[in-house]
Amino acid sequence: MSGLSAPSVISFPRLRLWLLAVPVLLLIAYLVLMDNGAISQTGAYLHELMHDGRHLLGVPCH
Amino acid sequence: MVRTLLVRGLLLGLLAGLIAGGFAFTFGEPQVDSAIALEAAHEAPGHDHAEEELVSRPGQKAGLFLATGLYGLAVGGVFALVYAGLRGRVGPRSEGALALTVAGTAFVAVILVPFVKYPASPPAVGDPETINSRTVLYLVMILVGLAATVIAVATARRVTAGPWARWVAAVVAFLVPVIAAWTLLPTVNEVPEGFSATLLWQFRLASLGTQLVFWTAFGVLFGWVSDRAAHRAAARATVASPS
Repeated sequence: MSGLSAPSVISFPRLRLWLLAVPVLLLIAYLVLMDNGAISQTGAYLHELMHDGRHLLGVPCH
Repeated sequence: MVRTLLVRGLLLGLLAGLIAGGFAFTFGEPQVDSAIALEAAHEAPGHDHAEEELVSRPGQKAGLFLATGLYGLAVGGVFALVYAGLRGRVGPRSEGALALTVAGTAFVAVILVPFVKYPASPPAVGDPETINSRTVLYLVMILVGLAATVIAVATARRVTAGPWARWVAAVVAFLVPVIAAWTLLPTVNEVPEGFSATLLWQFRLASLGTQLVFWTAFGVLFGWVSDRAAHRAAARATVASPS
């Protein structure tokens, strides 16, 4: 711990702009974990491609 | 600073997702194959399921890595922004300890809490008709886990009677809403008659293990890289202004 100080606080105004990334990231998570073709418009293709991943990541599936 | 953290979260999330994919491939795919074989054996003769498949089994096994990789990317990015907000405000003051604490908390709140109520199921278990209601219940359980975490942290910060009292208060404040939700939310019971209990248990362990591997790998990688960066920055500062 040579000269290591506590991390500086990032002010909320500086953080706010970056929060715009959250909806994009959640959309990716949604497409991987929950999409059934309604939003992606790929039919069930995305669903089937990532089907094993869905089951093994523990998300409800049929 | 935020951009550095976000890029770090995205890349390390992708890496941890691929590591978790390797675990899932090794320990989970045998159970998925067995479940699909059981399903095929129970179907009426002449009903060829394979022809209806959009993606072949080898394709789905490759898709497993795509799924865990993209999952890691998305989760890692969100984690980095949450971490950026918490840094220096709540929790341990060192970067590595904070990363491990947040990753451990996230695993318990977002994975373990929903898993106990709505455990993962292999293919051939679960009624396609109820997929929407099951998904909503699962998301509600995630929100309960997150809300319970916020309540626990807020409660712990008000307790000034020492670290032990603070820990007990935090755990109780976390468990009360979680146990209430476990008790009150409807139970899903869709395992077909005669489905192998051993196979179901092994699949569920493999599924929980996949998430455990992801969060462990991600927490350790993110903490390690952050600590290294902090040490380098501290060293640079010492060189720049020798006092």
